[in-house]
Amino acid sequence: MPKMDEMKRLCTQVRRDIVRMVHAVNSGHPGGSLGCVEFFVALYGDILRHEPSKFNMDGKNEDLFFLSNGHISPVYYSVLAHNGYFPVSELNTFRKLNTRLQGHPTTHEGLPGIRIASGSLGQGMSVAIGAALSKKLNKETNIVYSLHGDGELQEGQIWEAAMYAAAKKVDNYIATVDYNGRQIDGDVDKVLPLGNLKAKFEAFGWTVLENPHGNDLEQVIASFKLAQTHLGKGKPIVILMKTEMGMGVDYMMGTHKWHGSAPNDEQLKKALEQLPVTLGDY
Amino acid sequence: MKKYTYTEKKDTRSGFGAGLLELGKQNNQVVALCADLTGSLKMDAFEKEFPDRFFQVGIAEANMMGIAAGLTIGGKIPFTGTFANFSTGRVYDQIRQSIAYSDKNVKICASHAGLTLGEDGATHQILEDIGLMKMLPNMVVINPCDFNQTKAATIAIAKHHGPVYLRFGRPSVPNFTAPDQTFEIGKAVMLNEGKDVSIIATGHLVWKALEAAEQLAEKGINAEVINIHTIKPLDEEAILKSVSKTKCVVTAEEHQMNGGLGDSVAQLLARKLPSPQEFVAVNDSFGESGTPDELMKKYGLDTVNIVAAVEKVIKRK
Repeated sequence: MPKMDEMKRLCTQVRRDIVRMVHAVNSGHPGGSLGCVEFFVALYGDILRHEPSKFNMDGKNEDLFFLSNGHISPVYYSVLAHNGYFPVSELNTFRKLNTRLQGHPTTHEGLPGIRIASGSLGQGMSVAIGAALSKKLNKETNIVYSLHGDGELQEGQIWEAAMYAAAKKVDNYIATVDYNGRQIDGDVDKVLPLGNLKAKFEAFGWTVLENPHGNDLEQVIASFKLAQTHLGKGKPIVILMKTEMGMGVDYMMGTHKWHGSAPNDEQLKKALEQLPVTLGDY
Repeated sequence: MKKYTYTEKKDTRSGFGAGLLELGKQNNQVVALCADLTGSLKMDAFEKEFPDRFFQVGIAEANMMGIAAGLTIGGKIPFTGTFANFSTGRVYDQIRQSIAYSDKNVKICASHAGLTLGEDGATHQILEDIGLMKMLPNMVVINPCDFNQTKAATIAIAKHHGPVYLRFGRPSVPNFTAPDQTFEIGKAVMLNEGKDVSIIATGHLVWKALEAAEQLAEKGINAEVINIHTIKPLDEEAILKSVSKTKCVVTAEEHQMNGGLGDSVAQLLARKLPSPQEFVAVNDSFGESGTPDELMKKYGLDTVNIVAAVEKVIKRK
């Protein structure tokens, strides 16, 4: 299937973009970005009903996406650019003075594709719920999606939002948790274990789906499509998506150490050797 | 001295409730959210009239601010309602990131501000909210003085695109401004022209400023009284015009001295027209339980304190 091949090639290019972006400014968050490449490529390439060339804040009659764990901005920016929201060459400005590609995503500089600032964790689920309620009031049939880190679920506001979404039957909304098991200080299980996450969301009244293969593009698309069959049934939906932090760069995998550090020149070279150019570098 | 009268005392929160109901009829994009204080905020009439546009979020203010930010995407104009304490300090980061920095058209409506909340005590008597909110870039801060003005302000802020903090309170105070007034954001209201001192007041202190001016007139002091309902953006022109005439100023507010209206006025004067200033405000202290009147007396926010401040500042000219 040519489209799938094309999306897989994009995944590799996005990974190159990510490591090059964080290397260029010696800062940023490559680990979680690399782990969520398939999620973003699938979402923007095959799932969202959206019009990148006509981006506007209200996004009426479009599906909307909110990134709650804003620190994985490199993957977000790369995929937005490759989907036509802004020129791919602009990735070169990431985290530099006067850029629209701020360290964490923001609406402030008017970057197409972004509808809310995120970075301070735990806020995106509430925002996504608000946008989903707005769609219901406007009698739109479009869907709202969001992504959250697993460490982010330690924020209390997430659970306020989770309680609300189920109680008020926000059923035009699909959240995903990047269940990579790692956060800045170490493994989530060591920092503050989440316990039985599936049971927690179920107890809050959500439909819970599990995708143990969040770095398999076909599986990510399949889990979105499965989630869509649960829409409109009176419950919010969450996909617990297992990913590998640092996926695609061997020395960044199996550790939390690349959550928020950039590779040096030598490390970049080593990373890029594992990620052949597919669509051309920015 | 221009004479002000009133036929009844009313609470400013009821002005908000009345304004919100009217707005609901005027504009179907207006929605309201409340965190389990619908009765206290006088939002029940809106809830009854427009149940589909009213969102009861429970005791979860952080979530309420986020949902409000999200509702703007798609064109809604959300009005959030809870006590001033829970509308600001409790949710500062949510307002900062999801509303102010994200330039979302959310109206944060805050009741029970200041000492006049009364018996509930200091946990609920926020005296820092004006400061917290005016420090946020992009935030408009409004503190009307009576029922009619609060109603007018509530209706007016729906027409302003961007985040607004609207502060009002619980006690019944003289309702003396015109019911048909036009509320202009950022425009000071001249209540009494005078030449000896400028009394610049906001919120519940506006009526006390008028009382003080009457007492001062009896002492032969001719006080100018200005109602600053919008603390940000501040009507710099009106303040400079007044102080350049009177050469001294007293600011009066139900708020901490740090971060309040007095601070904003002092900053303006320091930059453009250095002048003696006295502050009627709470001096770096928490409140406590008591009746509103007892508290205003104890913490130095009464008519007598404005009179004393005027006498003091005039000597400093």
